Amino acid sequence: MRAVIVTIGDLYALLPLLVVAATIVVAMLAIAVRRVHLVTAGLTLSGLALAFVSLFVSGRFSGRPVTPLFIMDGFGLSLMGLVILAGLVVALFSFTYLERGVEQKEEHYLMLLMAVLGAMVLTISHHLAGFFLGLELLGVSLYGLIAYQTTRARGVEAGVKYFVLAAMATALVAFGMALIYVDTGVLSLSALNNLARHSGLVTLAGLVLLLSGIGFKLAIVPFHLWSPDVYQGAPTPTTAFIATISKGGVFAFFLRAAIMLDIPHRPCLFTTIAILAVISMFVGNLLALQQRNLKRLLAYSSISHMGYLLMTVLAFQPWATTAAILYLAAYFIAILAAFGVMIALSAPGREAETLDDYQGLYWRRPWLALVLTLSMLSLAGIPLTAGFMGKLILVAGGISSAFWGLIFSLIFSSVIGLYYYLRVIVSMFARLPDKEPEPSVPATMPWPGWIALGCLTILLVWIGVYPSPFLGLFNTLSSLGG
Amino acid sequence: MILNGLLLLPLLGGLVAWLVGVRHPAGCRWISLVSLGAYFIALMALWADDAGRFTLAADPVWLLQFDHAWIPQIGARYHLALDGISLLLLALNGLLGLLAVATSWQRIQERVGFFHFNLLLVVTAMTGLFLSMDLLLFYCFWEIMLVPLCFLIGIWGHERRKYATFKFFLFTQAGGLLMLVSILGLFFVHGRATGVYTFEYERLLGTASLVPGWAPWLMMGFFMAFAVKLPAFPLHTWLPDAYTEAPTAGSILLAGIVSKAGAYGFLRFLVPLFPRVAESFSTVAMALGVIGILYGTVLAFAQSDLKRLVAYSSISHMGFVLLGVFAWNDLALEGAVVIMIAHGLSTGGLFILVGDLHRRLGTRDLNRMGGLWTLAPKMSRMGLILALASLGLPGLVNFVGEFLVLLGVYKAHQGMAMAAVIGLILALVYSLWMIQRIFTGENREGWRIADYGGRELAIMTVIVACLVGLGMYPRPLLDEAQPSLTHLQSVTTDADLPKSPRARTQEQPLAGHGSAAADFLK
Repeated sequence: MRAVIVTIGDLYALLPLLVVAATIVVAMLAIAVRRVHLVTAGLTLSGLALAFVSLFVSGRFSGRPVTPLFIMDGFGLSLMGLVILAGLVVALFSFTYLERGVEQKEEHYLMLLMAVLGAMVLTISHHLAGFFLGLELLGVSLYGLIAYQTTRARGVEAGVKYFVLAAMATALVAFGMALIYVDTGVLSLSALNNLARHSGLVTLAGLVLLLSGIGFKLAIVPFHLWSPDVYQGAPTPTTAFIATISKGGVFAFFLRAAIMLDIPHRPCLFTTIAILAVISMFVGNLLALQQRNLKRLLAYSSISHMGYLLMTVLAFQPWATTAAILYLAAYFIAILAAFGVMIALSAPGREAETLDDYQGLYWRRPWLALVLTLSMLSLAGIPLTAGFMGKLILVAGGISSAFWGLIFSLIFSSVIGLYYYLRVIVSMFARLPDKEPEPSVPATMPWPGWIALGCLTILLVWIGVYPSPFLGLFNTLSSLGG
Repeated sequence: MILNGLLLLPLLGGLVAWLVGVRHPAGCRWISLVSLGAYFIALMALWADDAGRFTLAADPVWLLQFDHAWIPQIGARYHLALDGISLLLLALNGLLGLLAVATSWQRIQERVGFFHFNLLLVVTAMTGLFLSMDLLLFYCFWEIMLVPLCFLIGIWGHERRKYATFKFFLFTQAGGLLMLVSILGLFFVHGRATGVYTFEYERLLGTASLVPGWAPWLMMGFFMAFAVKLPAFPLHTWLPDAYTEAPTAGSILLAGIVSKAGAYGFLRFLVPLFPRVAESFSTVAMALGVIGILYGTVLAFAQSDLKRLVAYSSISHMGFVLLGVFAWNDLALEGAVVIMIAHGLSTGGLFILVGDLHRRLGTRDLNRMGGLWTLAPKMSRMGLILALASLGLPGLVNFVGEFLVLLGVYKAHQGMAMAAVIGLILALVYSLWMIQRIFTGENREGWRIADYGGRELAIMTVIVACLVGLGMYPRPLLDEAQPSLTHLQSVTTDADLPKSPRARTQEQPLAGHGSAAADFLK
């Protein structure tokens, strides 16, 4: 056993993780002293902001492994940045949501920070142990976040459901890791890359088990059954978290592992993932058609988006990482904006989740309706929104790799998908229902929520209209370290 | 810069109208009218300036150009260019926009600001569409136009508006996405062959001949998109619903200008990009055109809903455009361009007439109409002229177009021309039959309606003046389109080899952008 030496440089490189970890401790101590919602939220936000700034410090150490578990590279850093920013937005949304009458507000932020930390760990792991660490940090915090309001029966139900299934997925991952270790004796991806090429059935079985664990977290078909229930049952900020940060972090590791393990040259895994991608695109979009609940609708929509994204996993081309970052950024922005609008209209007791709550929204709350419209258009991939640029790069990359089957699945399933996005938009612009829905929700949202929504909207349009700076940035950051 | 101004004028006008409309509905109508008026006058000035044959530009092809980097990483450029065909279509766009605002003056009373915003957004998107010389930019405008149109149909439409909105959106989107795949296909074919990854129209010309095996598939992507918009025969089913359920202003824009996007796409993109394939495909396409002509006229007979009748007649007119474009000779192309303008004016006028009748009678059912001539003589006369224009009476501009198309098609394929003439005869019958059922006969239901007032009469007078004026003297129209059409034809004849990256007369430093572009997409 080699001793692991941590140098000062390593500490600098891990600064974002350390900052978030320190924030958790500080916030916990602050809560122990006195429960003040504003203080805890403020600590969380400044901690995350600081972590984002410290990314620029660790960027100087980009391209080198830090301890055997992690690697600092452009791809990891950019996704970590995305995760942190999304964490900021979710924290802002949580503030709005919790202010509207949740009893215990402060612990939410602790778990949120821990989950963000888990996702951050996932983005830079290049070792299965690191992956497991991140996965559990993320998963365990999520159990708490989902079932946070113990007074809501549906929330508790969702929490239990997620717990049972996620524990199962964790077990699969652990078993898969064990099988791989038995066969090869290593867990680091770079070592596996050399060994696994010549390895036999046991490693393959391990990889497939890993794939199912990852598939569970990403909610790709057929591991998706939890997602609509959990989306619906969880408090809306947590749903936003699951839809974005949790999936983004796991996807980052998946893509890294797929590239390191050279999936495109393993016909068996390649075919499996390609089939999963196609099924996810169609099942996600088809099942969303009949949803009248916006949260469930977005759950199915996420399933199809993960299906589209799987194309990057199969590519092993320079475009894959850039496309993945851009697509994830666009997806994060649109999903967060959608949930932000939902939070603006929701109170913990009564969430605005059915389409009826959005009937005629434009005539009541025009700005919120416009934000939600833009976000739906972006998810549908209409030009001049970020979602279109994401899809464009994805399709362009797919064509350059000659994935014709996947491209046409993407095209046809997105045409199906248009229907339900359009339905949300149409119901917002439909005439007002005869009886006003009971005004259970305060008409105003605290300013932090507005700022978050405003920034998301600006980004949504900016990336859609003039993506060149972002594309340039992501392109330089898309390098994958060794 | 003038081209950017043309884009910004309706866009900013729309935004201001939207904001003003919250408080002052009348104000937002005036703002829309003024911004579209300025837009139209600017185009007329360009046209007048151009009368001395391209005095404006040093470039032999384009009157005006604007070229700027947009997404250099993938070689997409913000490249706008104006030539004769674009100029004519933009003028039509502005005029129909004005008419749409004018005809909604009293008809639209709720959410006035948002209505005008959507209206002007359609005009903006169409402007961009007719000016884009970069395929990705073209695609963006192609898709953007859908959203405001869907709002127009979905919010201010008639009873079955939701159904019509969904159908319209899904059909056009499906076509559009197939076109996107084809655009990307061309992009990669060109990039791999020449090392220059670009979406620029002028550079992509001739690319298709590099991959003869793939070219038909790539062309089909474009064909689907344009055929849905036009609409051509098997892909037309969204049209009667969308045209019928849309509010009058929406129908004017849909029939008058949006369907021209499909025709323009055939003319500017499909045939020049795929000359060989288009040539071998032309018989099929012309057959589809003829089927559209006959099918539209026959179904127009069967309608009792006046608006649906006009919608089906529209299918038949656009069949002539398809026929003309795929005949691809001087006469047929000129005819196709003239029909585009003529159909925009006459069908727009007919939809206004339908709207006026609907507002007065509360119904669009032909069976309940009759005997309105004595009650509303001015309206009836205008209606008669529009119907005559639609059936192609000599002296009105539609005749010029249809005659030229038939001449051109006769040279290319005699059988098609003969079949199309049958459509012309049938058009005569259903148009007159429509007028007869609305305005003459017995007033069985005892209607009492007001005749046209000043505003409505003014709208109709403008349309009729254009129809008659251009019908008597179509020369300016033909002269304006001629050089561009000649250029397009020359492009298709010497398109066997991909053009070497042309030395640009302007903005030389930007010309080499493509080589560094798309490096991560290779």
